[in-house]
Amino acid sequence: MSDPSAEHHDPAVAFESAKLGVWTFLATEVLLFGALFTAYTVFRMKYPELFRAEHAKLDRVLGAANTVVLITSSFTVVLGVDAIRRGKARRLEAYFGATILLAGVFLCVKYVEYAAKFHHGLYPGTNLFFSLYFMMTGLHGIHVLAGMALLSYVVVLSRRGRFSASYHTPVEMSGLYWHFVDLVWIYLFPLLYLIG
Amino acid sequence: MDNVLAFGAASGQAGRVDALFVLITVIGGFFFFLTQGMLIYFAVKYRRRRQDRDNETPFITGNPLLEFLWILIPSLVVIAIFYYGWQVYADLRIPQAGATEVYVNGRQWMYEVKYPDGRTAINEIRVPQGKPVKFILSASDVLHGFYLPDFRVKMDMIPGRMTTLWLQPDRPGKYQIFCTVYCGTGHSNMQAQLIVMPPQEYAEWVEKKGREEGEEGEREPVAVRGERIVKNAGCLSCHAIEGKEKIGPNYRGLYGSKVPLEGGQSVTADEEYLRESIVEPGAKVVKGYPNVMPTYKTSMPPDDVRAAVEYLKTLK
Amino acid sequence: METEGVGRMEAEGNGRGYLAERGWRSWAFTLDHKRIGAMYLWTTTVFFLIGGVFALLLRLELLSPQAHYFSNHTYNIFFTLHGSMMIFLFIIPAIPSGLGNFFIPLHLGARDVAFPRLNLASYWVFAAGFLVIIGSLVAPMDTGWTFYTPYSAKTGAAVTTLSLGVFLIGMSSILTGLNFIVTIHKMRAPGMTWHRMPLFLWAMYATSIIQVIATPVVGVTFLLLAAERVLGVGFFDPAKGGDPVLFQHFFWFYSHPVVYVMILPAMGIVSEVIPVFSRKPIFGYKAIAYSSLAIAFMGFLVWGHHMFTSGMSPLANAIFSFLTFFVAVPTAVKVFNWIATLYRGSITFESPMLYALTFIFLFIVGGLTGPFLGAMATNVQLHDTYFVVAHFHYTMMGGTVMGFFAGLHYWFPKMTGKMLNEKVARIAWALVFVGFNVTFFTMFIAGTRGMPRRYAEYLPKFHTENVISTIGSAVLALGILVMCWNFLQGLRKGAPAPSDPWRALTLEWRTASPPDVENFHEIPRVADWPYGYGTPKA
Repeated sequence: MSDPSAEHHDPAVAFESAKLGVWTFLATEVLLFGALFTAYTVFRMKYPELFRAEHAKLDRVLGAANTVVLITSSFTVVLGVDAIRRGKARRLEAYFGATILLAGVFLCVKYVEYAAKFHHGLYPGTNLFFSLYFMMTGLHGIHVLAGMALLSYVVVLSRRGRFSASYHTPVEMSGLYWHFVDLVWIYLFPLLYLIG
Repeated sequence: MDNVLAFGAASGQAGRVDALFVLITVIGGFFFFLTQGMLIYFAVKYRRRRQDRDNETPFITGNPLLEFLWILIPSLVVIAIFYYGWQVYADLRIPQAGATEVYVNGRQWMYEVKYPDGRTAINEIRVPQGKPVKFILSASDVLHGFYLPDFRVKMDMIPGRMTTLWLQPDRPGKYQIFCTVYCGTGHSNMQAQLIVMPPQEYAEWVEKKGREEGEEGEREPVAVRGERIVKNAGCLSCHAIEGKEKIGPNYRGLYGSKVPLEGGQSVTADEEYLRESIVEPGAKVVKGYPNVMPTYKTSMPPDDVRAAVEYLKTLK
Repeated sequence: METEGVGRMEAEGNGRGYLAERGWRSWAFTLDHKRIGAMYLWTTTVFFLIGGVFALLLRLELLSPQAHYFSNHTYNIFFTLHGSMMIFLFIIPAIPSGLGNFFIPLHLGARDVAFPRLNLASYWVFAAGFLVIIGSLVAPMDTGWTFYTPYSAKTGAAVTTLSLGVFLIGMSSILTGLNFIVTIHKMRAPGMTWHRMPLFLWAMYATSIIQVIATPVVGVTFLLLAAERVLGVGFFDPAKGGDPVLFQHFFWFYSHPVVYVMILPAMGIVSEVIPVFSRKPIFGYKAIAYSSLAIAFMGFLVWGHHMFTSGMSPLANAIFSFLTFFVAVPTAVKVFNWIATLYRGSITFESPMLYALTFIFLFIVGGLTGPFLGAMATNVQLHDTYFVVAHFHYTMMGGTVMGFFAGLHYWFPKMTGKMLNEKVARIAWALVFVGFNVTFFTMFIAGTRGMPRRYAEYLPKFHTENVISTIGSAVLALGILVMCWNFLQGLRKGAPAPSDPWRALTLEWRTASPPDVENFHEIPRVADWPYGYGTPKA
């Protein structure tokens, strides 16, 4: 049995707590998307024809481009976290800035895709495939927005000189969250765009 | 069923449900008196005797044997109850040959009743005594329930699906039907009667009813209407009734058979399967056949689908 | 429990402890887990009383078989509001977020929860949630608290607004659970190993896991329900190929585990109270601790037993039925352990103990009526009748609420620094006990005789049961009023409470009554488990 020191202000415990907290939160998020993935599975098994026909209407090129954009953004987050571990706050801000920019690109591409779908009269409610498409990518989009806000906040804190090589818990935690957002897309892309 | 234990049960099956009920009551009662008895006995016996100081209490923190036993015994008891409950339930669900079929559709806030020969009624179902009855349930707006307290059975009525319920009415009489799934303002007024009639009386009623409805308008048995619908919808250009197969599986003998599916599973061709295969042909594709049938979801209203299914069922 | 480094807190306290600071800001922006816990307690108690008023209105209407005082529509709104308020705004948050917030850090020997700011945020998210729910009363919902589609997708009530409110409440619940998990992992005082933790903490730990894992699913479910109404996405709409039963699966995947969010903390309280007032070590500590986790785990596998008549395949029904029976085992283990703890004790019957014993008594009834509903054949008979209503009130009100009352009476001196009038508390208890049984036991009979639930009007043959039940509800309400009055009197002019009025050994009793802002002047060192009553073997 572990016997942790319960000193409230012990930075090591604070870091460990934050990490456990974020992982627990990510578990919650998995279940949040899990319900939608379940709905996807149920309806896919019930209407394989519909899914095969409808998924072809999505733009694979844009989807693939967005996948590259998000993977790159995860990479810049890693570089940012690595920078602050070595105490380089300016570099952290630059890398996180790049991540936010890439997230913006992702959302712009998403906007173009959505607009094209609406233009062709494909709305949530058109059929179950597009309902799922809009609900899943929409919920993911909200997470991207939340991630952008979070990363921006971290950049602001960093500009105020809050982080150093010895203390940068929020940087690590926001990085974890961003990887999760990325990961969800890694599942969404093949499920919605590729599998026929 | 002249079971002493059956309080007002209207069928043998209901009597068996009651027997289960009584069994659980006895087991539960035993544990009730055991646990509550100990709770009260200990509370009284070991109350603090003196105002100023505690009784001397022993330092007991557990007893592995006792704890093992009170995990083991309840486990065995619940397995037994589960098994018995499952058996009685399975019995309730077994299809019975020669059942009278009745279609009941739930709608806010009434039961629409339809017999295979085309007779219709609202909130009143008549069936002959001593013959099994099969209710084929559906709903057209929201969820409804179909609950016969005297028979100890109920089944939900679900829009877009068919569910079934079996009964064996042993005694003539009037029996209450309640809606049990909350369905809006009139939920508690959504009630109907099941009237079980001696076979002779029932036959007379069917004839009389048939005459009345025949006079009022053209009455057509559901299966006959179904045959017309199947022919008009072009089903027979791909499905032969019997003989040499066309593009899709043959109709005759389909109902009630075990159908192998693409992907290795199989399914029993019941009403719900037939309905689904008309509305969503791609959902369960029969092994060895191309998945080319178009959906009739928009072109065939639910009532027509029901009639078509009824027709397919006659092709034994 | 042997503790070192704990000063004479009573002498040092200023008498008002964490309550010393005044003004609304000191509450609205507080990071003190005790104040946040107290805010939850006040809020949830208010909703408990409002939900209770709706219950009384229902009972009033049911005095006559025909619609008498209210229209059917109004009746439907009342039972929906009663259910939703009691579930979402009282019974889910009351013990975990109220008493849990207050006592988890104290039990651990910590100064606060792991994330105090997050803790405050979850209260305000909760507040936003109930404000939105109150806002939805412009078109009050008439769907029942289960919100089954397609009715909930079609009704004219403000279900969309309500969904948002429930979503927020759920978010608050998740954040609280997350906070508690981290707190229990990381904030234990030196020497506080897992097996020295009070059983309340084990119960809260299991509860928090359920909250974190199950709640997001109901969040999405309500999101989809709202999308169904606003965008017509059709997941639950058969006309669009959706499946109304899928909603039930999603709903019960959350709402079944969540009954353990309701009951486990109450079981934790009972596990604390019984040894203290028996002066005996708890019997089978590890069995009680791990059975909480077992219940939490099993709770995720049995949601289908709410749907035996929803057209699932007989095989699926059988699997769910089988698993359901195995939740009974860890639950029974707890009951046996509590009863064994009484054996050869030195039992006194102060109000916390009366409620704890009542919990066991009523919970046994609730538990033993479970197998009727777990067994498939009898479930088909009793599902959606008053038998179910009686069963879940015996477990939820007879269980959880009695555990909550036990906790309130047990910890009142600690939370407020005042003692309660014991005589009045016992009168209230007697009224509650009698009123409860009269109200709800008759429902078992009505249900077995076939009375469906959620009926504004019923057949005259059920009249007697309903009249008796309504009389019982009046007695019950009177008891609760007396209890509330006693609490208010205690707050106003109760005698000052000593730091450890019940001679209990858990750490909260080593602080002043009420505790100071950071609980402990010096973090205690823990050398033993907190149930060292009785004479240890030589």
